[in-house]
Amino acid sequence: MTEQYLDGNALAGPLSEIFAMDVTVAVGRCANCRLTGPVAGLRLYYRAPGLVARCPGCDSVMLRLVRGPAAAWLDMSGTAALRIPVPPEP
Amino acid sequence: MGIVSPGFRGRRRDAGVKLPPGQYLVRDFPVLSAGPTPRVPLDRWEFVITTEDGQQRRWSWSDLLALPSETPTVDLHCVTKWSKLATNWQGVSLDLLLAGVETAAGFTLVRSYGGYTTNLPIGDLRNGQAWIAYRYDGGDLPPEHGGPARLLVPHLYFWKSAKWVRGIQLRLDDEPGFWESAGYHNYGDPWREQRYQGD
Amino acid sequence: MARAAVPGRLGDRRLTWQPARLLESRAENAGARSLVFAVPGWPGHLPGQHTDVRLTAPDGYSTERSYSLAAPAAGDRIELTVQRLPDGEVSPYLTDVLGVGEEVEIRGPVGGWFVWRPADNGPVLLAAGGSGIVPLMAMIRARRLAANRSPFRLVYSLRTPADQYYAGELREPAPGDNGVKVTYIYSRAAPPGWARPPGRLMAADLAAAGWPAQAAPACFVCGPTGFVEAAADILVGLGHDPGRIKTERFGPSGG
Repeated sequence: MTEQYLDGNALAGPLSEIFAMDVTVAVGRCANCRLTGPVAGLRLYYRAPGLVARCPGCDSVMLRLVRGPAAAWLDMSGTAALRIPVPPEP
Repeated sequence: MGIVSPGFRGRRRDAGVKLPPGQYLVRDFPVLSAGPTPRVPLDRWEFVITTEDGQQRRWSWSDLLALPSETPTVDLHCVTKWSKLATNWQGVSLDLLLAGVETAAGFTLVRSYGGYTTNLPIGDLRNGQAWIAYRYDGGDLPPEHGGPARLLVPHLYFWKSAKWVRGIQLRLDDEPGFWESAGYHNYGDPWREQRYQGD
Repeated sequence: MARAAVPGRLGDRRLTWQPARLLESRAENAGARSLVFAVPGWPGHLPGQHTDVRLTAPDGYSTERSYSLAAPAAGDRIELTVQRLPDGEVSPYLTDVLGVGEEVEIRGPVGGWFVWRPADNGPVLLAAGGSGIVPLMAMIRARRLAANRSPFRLVYSLRTPADQYYAGELREPAPGDNGVKVTYIYSRAAPPGWARPPGRLMAADLAAAGWPAQAAPACFVCGPTGFVEAAADILVGLGHDPGRIKTERFGPSGG
């Protein structure tokens, strides 16, 4: 059975309300297995009470986003670091 | 509230019965998951209750199936707003599993294969409110709905009914589970619409 | 202690929901329509990016879906192509109910990873499964608009010929599409006399219609999850560098 996840690219919209830049082009490091790769390459489980993005290497949770009426909760404890590129000149 | 698009009503249907606030009725059974579906061979499956002192009671799959079971018919209410009424299950009551377990614990942390967790007061597992369920709607519980076995505790939002349950830790202190530590309500009573922290 | 400033802004601003007014709706086939919206202040976008569309009912119920931008930026006008799903909550509303002049809400453009830039140069492989053609068509249209000469190979997997989008443009290419080679793969029913029997995408299809691994193409794969996984696995198996393969899964149904 094909697992129901999307590419982390699908996080771009929800995270665009929180970050001033496109986090999906940032490179993240998994806090569990230290695999690095673009946030766009995470496995996004979206049929859930919140968004859960997992490491494509070890399936560890790297990011959780819950959107409620009073607040957005963002847990990135599973992401050890993010490298955010300066975008190229248009 | 966003801009209303003329003529948009969405998929919901009127229940004709009273639902908890903000819920809508569905006739299918939505599959929600925060991760890959665990595959647990039955010969390695076990369910463990661990007390606050570290004492453990374990049941293998055959142990579980040998226990007296019940066939509750219950309504399900998911925090994502769907409700499904009159669902039929078969499972072992937590009253039976907790009988004879000596504990002073007030809290529990439920753990699942695959790493999911959720927390409940121990009283919410007792008095006919909770089961370890292994059959749904006349058949084996399918993996996408939590099979081989899941916790079923329908008086709370359905995220508390942990799929792929593997054990319950009885605790003197309350430890928030996967969703409770990410903004969802610590208790989750649908009739008081306790969806998010602070509700 | 004074700290030297580091040059380069990381980002511009956060996005929020904006009104989008339907200007035009036209059929791509019996089940899909391209919708043109006016979004005042649209900042422009790169081919491959997408938007989130939000609908709100009078009682406050709302729901969102993501749709890829089908065409390059054109001032305040953006274009989406929506497939009407039989059980869909949002797609039948967009294709059949929303009228010209009426509004939805849009958040975007988002998704800076799955993009092609004319400045990238080099050969490009596009692998589309069904509605996955939408962001890839935006890349083809952007290439044409920029008068770019990078060689593109599109492998477009469809159930039947009637399921195609953009039939006019892809079958009778504009002069600016010189250098875009299109190969159709039919999975359920092919046109009469078609050499390849109907069937899902196989390694032989991508080996014949794609680029050899030594060409080191930028690969973009888009469509339902099953198609994306099969195509990406085939490309890796053919020797393509996984780091040069970008995927956009649309989920099981794609909308």
